[in-house]
Amino acid sequence: MCRGGVGRLISSGGEKTVFSSKMQFMLLFSRQGKLRLQKWYVPLSDKEKKKITRELVQTVLARKPKMCSFLEWRDLKIVYKRYASLYFCCAIEDQDNELITLEIIHRYVELLDKYFGSVCELDIIFNFEKAYFILDEFLLGGEAQETSKKNVLKAIEQADLLQEEAETPRSVLEEIGLT
Amino acid sequence: MPAVSKGDGMRGLAVFISDIRNCKSKEAEIKRINKELANIRSKFKGDKALDGYSKKKYVCKLLFIFLLGHDIDFGHMEAVNLLSSNKYTEKQIGYLFISVLVNSNSDLIRLINNGIKNDLASRNPTFMNLALHCIANVGSREMAEAFASQIPNILVAGDTMDSVKQSAALCLLRLNRMSPDLVPMGEWTARVVHLLNDQHLGVVTAATSLITNLAQKSPDDFKTAVSLAVARLSRIVTSASIDLQDYTYYFVAAPWLSVKLLRLLQCYPPPEDAALRSRLTECLETILNKAQEPPKSKKVQHSNAKNAILFEAISLIILHDSEPTLLVRACNQLGQFLQHRETNLRYLALESMCTLASSEFSHEAVKTHIDTVINALKTERDVSVRQRAVDLLYAMCDRSNAKQIVAEMLSYLETADYSIREEIVLKVAILAEKYAVDYTWYVDTILNLIRIAGDYVSEEVWYRVIQIVINRDEVQGYAAKTVFEALQAPACHENLVKVGGYILGEFGNLIAGDSRSSPLVQFNLLHSKFHLCSVPTRALLLSAYIKFINLFPEVKTTIQDVLRSDSQLRNADVELQQRAVEYLRLSCIASTDILATVLEEMPPFPERESSILAKLKKKKGPGHLPDIDDARRNVNGSTEHSENAEAPKTGSNHPFTDLMSVNSPPPVANSLLVDVFSDISTPAPVDVCEENFSRFVCKNNGVIFENQLLQIGLKSEYRQNLGRMYVFFGNKTSTQFLSFSSSVASQDSLKAHILSATCVLSPQLNVHAKTVDPIIEGGAQVQQILNIECVSDFTDAPVLTIQFRYGGALQNITVKLPVMLNKFFQPTEMTSQDFFQRWKQLGAPQQEVQKIFKAKHPMDSEVTKAKILGFGVALLDGVDPNPANFVGAGVIHTKSTQVGCLLRLEPNTQAEMYRLTLRTSRDSVSQRLCDLLSDQF
Repeated sequence: MCRGGVGRLISSGGEKTVFSSKMQFMLLFSRQGKLRLQKWYVPLSDKEKKKITRELVQTVLARKPKMCSFLEWRDLKIVYKRYASLYFCCAIEDQDNELITLEIIHRYVELLDKYFGSVCELDIIFNFEKAYFILDEFLLGGEAQETSKKNVLKAIEQADLLQEEAETPRSVLEEIGLT
Repeated sequence: MPAVSKGDGMRGLAVFISDIRNCKSKEAEIKRINKELANIRSKFKGDKALDGYSKKKYVCKLLFIFLLGHDIDFGHMEAVNLLSSNKYTEKQIGYLFISVLVNSNSDLIRLINNGIKNDLASRNPTFMNLALHCIANVGSREMAEAFASQIPNILVAGDTMDSVKQSAALCLLRLNRMSPDLVPMGEWTARVVHLLNDQHLGVVTAATSLITNLAQKSPDDFKTAVSLAVARLSRIVTSASIDLQDYTYYFVAAPWLSVKLLRLLQCYPPPEDAALRSRLTECLETILNKAQEPPKSKKVQHSNAKNAILFEAISLIILHDSEPTLLVRACNQLGQFLQHRETNLRYLALESMCTLASSEFSHEAVKTHIDTVINALKTERDVSVRQRAVDLLYAMCDRSNAKQIVAEMLSYLETADYSIREEIVLKVAILAEKYAVDYTWYVDTILNLIRIAGDYVSEEVWYRVIQIVINRDEVQGYAAKTVFEALQAPACHENLVKVGGYILGEFGNLIAGDSRSSPLVQFNLLHSKFHLCSVPTRALLLSAYIKFINLFPEVKTTIQDVLRSDSQLRNADVELQQRAVEYLRLSCIASTDILATVLEEMPPFPERESSILAKLKKKKGPGHLPDIDDARRNVNGSTEHSENAEAPKTGSNHPFTDLMSVNSPPPVANSLLVDVFSDISTPAPVDVCEENFSRFVCKNNGVIFENQLLQIGLKSEYRQNLGRMYVFFGNKTSTQFLSFSSSVASQDSLKAHILSATCVLSPQLNVHAKTVDPIIEGGAQVQQILNIECVSDFTDAPVLTIQFRYGGALQNITVKLPVMLNKFFQPTEMTSQDFFQRWKQLGAPQQEVQKIFKAKHPMDSEVTKAKILGFGVALLDGVDPNPANFVGAGVIHTKSTQVGCLLRLEPNTQAEMYRLTLRTSRDSVSQRLCDLLSDQF
């Protein structure tokens, strides 16, 4: 009905653009809102990270048990799941696959479980560095690197072997009082 | 102490963590941390060289403190030192610290890069992986500069271990995201594609992510990936669940890889090769079939993984939008999920159906689920799911179900969560307008919106209802009656007072015949709300009152009394006071005729994109929202989709918003108050300025003339065969212009020295110029309105002749006005089939005009698009087989006839030439349009 103009330009942009799936970050936090692990796949300032964490922990903790595992948050999609006292929470982009992200979380939990043997929150607190190492073997840059449970654990166990070889004498020294 | 499991952790660290956990208060925790920080600092500064283990332990403690949320400002150097340790665990902690804590401290980065370089060169796969993980985690530009060219070699080298390949692929992906300019394309890309054939599924998984990312950047370079991806996918979906061993996840074969492959395929159109295409279709069918099979496990992981693939397949089907059977099957599948007991699946089904609703093949199929979706809106317990249901209802809405959907949304609004009310209001307003068959329904709906959720009704929404009422005669009486009735409510929302005030001010006369809504009753009703309203609303009501004075002389004295009261004339708010003073004065001194002219009914608004739609788009972000206007690929006829154009303008410069804006002066039409026909002798003809003429072919606003004294700006609007041009004369000097006059003539009549003061008639074009104040103060601007009517097609533009005295000297300026034939275009959307049919019909030699010409400006396709749209035709996508070409269609409206016009512009970037072809039913039109447009590129 009206004169030309840029309106049409905007709308012709309605073509769907496909982005490669891109996880923005993963957070683990407790029922009490304590952050147990944070992994950022996009560059953000510490201030921003803290702000996002605070907001998101609040939002997710406020949700009731039977609610859907996905929610829109800012321009991102949050996929989260609770395991015992821990919430696992991933932020993905709008076009990304929610269900497969949910299973990424589950596979990570399985890996932790297998490695620690019935993992609990304390394991992750006291061995936070291990939790990071396992995550890096599984996800890199926010993408699944190795989805085979066997292969990931093999890599971690090999590293532990290297560690034990190197550590054993040290531990003794430490016991003597070199803390 | 918990039973720490493997790897023989660092005892000191565990003790420290226990201590922290035992702290009873935040203060105690901070005290403990400060003690530890002091201890570590002294160790790091101490004379005794620390061994690797201690360094590792302290760095790890610092990391823990940082992760608790405390700032860490030392220890970076020690962490970097750990990188050069040849003990794996020390290196590992060093890298972890860096990837968590590093910021772009450039000195440090150089040292880190050095450590990474050594590890990459070590040929020790575990060390290489650590280094690659670090690059992927940090991903900084400095790292990209250092390693972006090396990693592709590691990735494709024949002797690289599989695990290193996986890390390298994803590391490269991260760098390509962060610094795409630094990742060199080259011979390696072809070899990367072949990783899709790799035996190791972990390598294929990582490589698929990388290829997808690269293919988005340069699809042509990775075309070969399509056939490989289809082959791989086909092998996975047909495999027995045990075939893939550890890559089978809860009886689903390689779900992550499948999803990634499907996503890679979404970078490309459906394969052209028939065999490949049918193989892909088979895969998609198999995936759809599997959804119907009984589950192999009751675990939610099984169904999630299976459905993750299914949803990704559906995304691909929707994106390709080429296989009607698949689309309908997808729709049926989603329909089943709408009633699934898993909330997650219901959510996703609603979401996915939104995109399906925009395909012409599946729009009808989606509509069949309307009752389920409405039910979801009413019964879902999770607001995020209800939000999806609202989105889907919006997406599936068309003429056939608009009334039902709008009614459901309205009733949901009464109880809707506050967080989504505004969005629902916008959606209802858009749907009500878009699918209004009769506008009484539209008016009712918007008034309902204000009643139910007045606080969430933004300006855009109530502006819009007024625009529509003003533009449509048939609804004005009804609107006046309805707002009058709605205002009877003892408590009504301020937005209703605004709408009511505006509409009664314009159209109160239409219901004044009824004694129950006599002028005085109307006025008293409005004025009873006055004191409860905010300043902007009061300002609007004052404007309504002055309009009443014009409409109903019998209430003039009542209103004057109100205006005269101290609470108005001495109002503390300067805007209200000014309006009261000026309106009162105006009502006292102006004759009835002048009042009638000044306060005449608002002219129709130019049709443009609904500002509400723009607002919704802004709220949701482009592409986020299934756009009912544009995305539905032309199934319900073209006219209803072609209504919008022109960028949303919410500026206060529009006459409509002016009236309501408190920031602008009251709308007393300055140029009309003094109706003086200046009696000036005919000036000698002077050179006509056409310098800026051609700049206005594709736009309507701008500066047409400027010299040291005077600037002339234009704003124009056109609708069908009518136009209105606002001419702004700006006095650039500090001295008055005296005896100012401005008149319009056709060029022919100018040649013939026939000038009339106000009105000129040329056979093809009528231009009526309102007179303009004869004095322009220094630095001031006056406005002149020209009303234009196109009688039949024309070539010559009218000219504007301006005369005034500046410091005693008579100035003569003549400017060619940019009124061209293309201004009377209305864009026409049509399908490719229609286009070619009409193109053929206009095949007579004299109907076509073609011109080949050299580009005068850089050949930017976006600029070209904007120009063609500005020219006034609709740009038709997907009509021309060559996507570089532009195809447009429109209709020229003149009083006597309408001329359809098709055009095609073919750029040749190499030769920097264009070929423009126009076909219309009239040779003179073709020629003129061709001349006008070819000058623009």
